[in-house]
Amino acid sequence: MKAIVTVMLKNGVLDPQGEAVKSALGGLGFSGVNSVRQGKVIELDLDEGTDPTQIHEMCNRLLVNAVIESYHLDIV
Amino acid sequence: MRAAVIVFPGSNCDRDMVEALRQSGADVAKVWHKDAELPQGLDLVAIPGGFSFGDYLRCGAIAAQSPICRAVVDHADRGGYVLGVCNGFQVLSETGLVPGALMRNSGLKFLCKTVGMTVETQDSAFTADYSQGSEIQVPIAHHDGNFYATEDELKALEGEDRVAFRYSDNPNGSISSIAGVLSANRRVLGMMPHPERAMDAQMGSADGQALFRALVGQTTHG
Repeated sequence: MKAIVTVMLKNGVLDPQGEAVKSALGGLGFSGVNSVRQGKVIELDLDEGTDPTQIHEMCNRLLVNAVIESYHLDIV
Repeated sequence: MRAAVIVFPGSNCDRDMVEALRQSGADVAKVWHKDAELPQGLDLVAIPGGFSFGDYLRCGAIAAQSPICRAVVDHADRGGYVLGVCNGFQVLSETGLVPGALMRNSGLKFLCKTVGMTVETQDSAFTADYSQGSEIQVPIAHHDGNFYATEDELKALEGEDRVAFRYSDNPNGSISSIAGVLSANRRVLGMMPHPERAMDAQMGSADGQALFRALVGQTTHG
C-alpha cells in the first residue's frame, strides 16, 4: 500500500517561496493568479495493512513540523 | 567546565565552536552523532552550524531524531546547558528544546554578513556579561533563519523575558526580529548568528567572546 502525505505551510504562515512563484508567473504574463502556496508531497511505500495511526505518528514525529505545517494523508 | 560539541554529517562550524570554547577555558570533546551517550560530567552541549544531513526534509529535522539528540534532550532535562548556533538552533527547535521554527529567509537568499543585534536580557548564563540593550556585531550565514513562533509561543517568549537577542535591522523576516531564544529554564539558547565566528577583532568582531566567557565562567566548578 501507498500513503501520500501532502505537507503545506499552515494558513497564516507567510510562504516566501509561494510569493516568489506567484511573482514569476505574473512576469510570464499569466494574470488572475491570486495566491500561490508551495508545499511538498511525501510518498510512503508501506506493508499492506499498516495501521493509519502509525502513519499519523510518522507525520507527527518526523515528516511534519506542527509549528508551521499541516498535512493531509491519502492512502491508495 | 566540560563541554561537548556534537558533529553530524554536514556540520561545518564544529571546529570554530571547539576553538571558541577552548579559548574561553572549557575542556572540550567532540561527539559523533552516532554515539548514543554523552561523556560523563558534562556542563554544556554545543550544537554547531552547518547543514546536518544535507538539510533534507527540513533543516535540523533528521539530526533532531538521531540517537545523540535523545541524549542531548536528557541532558537538558537534567538542567544541563545547551547552546545551538545556526543549524544547531534549527536542530534545537526540531527537538522542542526551544520553541518556534526556522523558515526560509523572507528574501529567499542565503545571507552571509555581519549584523548588529541587541542583547535583550542579561538573565542567562549566556548573556550575563553583556549589558542589557547593548548592540553587538555578529556574523550570520544562513538560508533558513526566518524565526517563526505561534502567537502563544511568542507571548511566552516575550512575557518570560526569553528573547535573548534581537536583530537591529531584521535581515530575514524573523517574527519580532528575534535572533535568539532561551528555554523556560534559561539554560538552553538557540541563536542564528555565530558568536564563535566573532572571537577576534582581526576577524571582524570580538563581540562573541563575552558569551563564551560568561558561560564558561558560570559553569566552572571550584
